[in-house]
Amino acid sequence: MAHFTKATSVKDWLNQRLAVEKLEKVMASEYWIPKNINFLWAMGMVLVITFVLLLVSGIFLLMYYVPTTAEAFNSVNYTIMREVDFGWLWRHVHGVAASVVFLIIYIHMFTGIYYGSYKKGREMIWISGMLLFVAFSAEAFSGYMLPWGQMSYWAGMVITNLFSGGSLHADGLVEWIRGDYVPAQAFLGRFFMLHVLLIPVAILGLIGLHFGALRIPHVNNQDGEEIDFDAEAKKYLDGDKAGSKVMRFANDFMSKDMMVVGVYLVFFFYLVFYNYGFAMDPVNFDPADGLKTPTHIYPEWYFLWSYEILRPFNIDLGLILFAFAQVIFVLLPFLDRSPNAIPANRRGKAFAIWFWLMLANMIVLTAMGKLPPAGIFSQIGLVSAILFVVQWIALPFITAREKKV
Amino acid sequence: MKENSRRGFMGKAFGAVAGVGAIGSLVAMKKTWDPLPSVKAAGFTTLDMSIYQEGVMVTEKWRGKPIFVLKQTAEMLANAKKNPKDIERLVEVDGSHYMVCIGLCTHLGCIPAFREAKNDFKCACHGGEFTASGNVQKVPPPRGFDIPPFKIDGGKLVLGEVGPEWQSMKDNGVTL
Ligand code: HEM
Ligand code: FES
Repeated sequence: MAHFTKATSVKDWLNQRLAVEKLEKVMASEYWIPKNINFLWAMGMVLVITFVLLLVSGIFLLMYYVPTTAEAFNSVNYTIMREVDFGWLWRHVHGVAASVVFLIIYIHMFTGIYYGSYKKGREMIWISGMLLFVAFSAEAFSGYMLPWGQMSYWAGMVITNLFSGGSLHADGLVEWIRGDYVPAQAFLGRFFMLHVLLIPVAILGLIGLHFGALRIPHVNNQDGEEIDFDAEAKKYLDGDKAGSKVMRFANDFMSKDMMVVGVYLVFFFYLVFYNYGFAMDPVNFDPADGLKTPTHIYPEWYFLWSYEILRPFNIDLGLILFAFAQVIFVLLPFLDRSPNAIPANRRGKAFAIWFWLMLANMIVLTAMGKLPPAGIFSQIGLVSAILFVVQWIALPFITAREKKV
Repeated sequence: MKENSRRGFMGKAFGAVAGVGAIGSLVAMKKTWDPLPSVKAAGFTTLDMSIYQEGVMVTEKWRGKPIFVLKQTAEMLANAKKNPKDIERLVEVDGSHYMVCIGLCTHLGCIPAFREAKNDFKCACHGGEFTASGNVQKVPPPRGFDIPPFKIDGGKLVLGEVGPEWQSMKDNGVTL
């Protein structure tokens, strides 16, 4: 048996049993962060905080929400919004956070693309990040079903229909997913379970994986410089703090992170109190009605770009391109054939154009996805969707020809 | 060596037990998600076809889905007769012709709206359009409205039961 001595302090007592000091070093004070980074590197922490906001507000909503088709709508719109003291606060925090989390995820992703943070040993960070994106998308969708309003019902209908696979007519699969011919009690019950248990647990596991993937390569920096973390850490610990290229995660880098988080939270609660409307679709304030489709069915803003890729084509091609759009980002580390892992603007014209065009095109797709599918908007949407696919197909060729900088 | 082969055997034995257990659990999980018997049993609706008026679109309900019933006017019928793809979709009861369809867009399942002025259906979701007999007139929908299984019973139509007329529609690829 291991040898324990009489503890000299609470800390010593814990140290002997849990090695808390060592743990603190490994996780925080001797987890090294490059100095040469900017506020965009705080987005990861902003995401963590937003996830906590979702978790806490969700726990409070869960205490009054009733997952039955008869009562779900009222339990949200009446009980939580009118009866429960501060119920509106949890609902608005949850709704706004669910929307804003995607804005931050997109910023986080495009930061990663811009600085080449998915290359040279950082592939697993990227892949785990994309899995988080998928898990968050599933979480957002399942959560959207819960108020059982018109948009819940019809988004549920349309999205589950995607699984029939177009001409494959896998209607049995669709009915299996729903547990009924149409979204009804069985459907609401299982999506409720997914939203409050299975997907959050998966997200927690994936966040663990994401952080684990960061450990060995460490975070990238503004110049894509390859840093010898052991040597720089030694320099720092030997007293040359100014000369070292790295600093401690806690409390040194954390204080910067938390500064950004502070600014973010002011913005976030401004939205929660004064501008929550964007996160609450007015159509979803009508109870679900299986015999009446709303005039326009559109997803929340963060799914619009991929929805727009589905829309202009016949069902089979639309589904194939939609699936393509969903998975293609995961493959980025393998489609980018260039030896450079530096900011996009310094990698030569071709990739710089590719990057900014991709960003701009996704904004255009998002805008077109919101507009009714008619006239000029249909055409712009079609061109944008084709451009999106072409850009991804072109990526390996453009990057393979890139010169080492 | 002997130790190793014993451990190897134990490993394989456990693998076999775990494999059977895993398959069993997957079957149970799959079946737990199947539609309940009560859901399946509630799948029949009877329509009295004599109450419909020509040219007036009525929405009925079957298995939670909207069913479009449109008694064809003389003009619609004349149009439909010009095209075998149209006429074969219509259901004849007591000498009148009806379009009886599942009112869900075959693209992704929105409910198209009937446009009286044009005598056709328009889906607001992605802009698909259907004729008065239920065929596609504008993509993305891949095919005309699906026709629910039906049985003609005198002047009535039983939805959910398979009659010879529906069976022949299915065999001829008129509906899925
Ligand atoms: C809510 C979900 C997520 C959380 C909580 C999260 C959290 C974090 C944190 C704390 C960091 C380290 C600090 C930083 O560099 O910002 C990080 C880095 C990173 N994340 Fe995420 N992340 C999430 C989703 C994603 C997604 C969707 C992607 C895109 C595929 C992604 C890709 C990356 C990359 C490439 C890095 C490394 C950045 C660098 O080395 O400079 N993450 N993440
Ligand atoms: S659901 Fe009708 S056109 Fe897409």
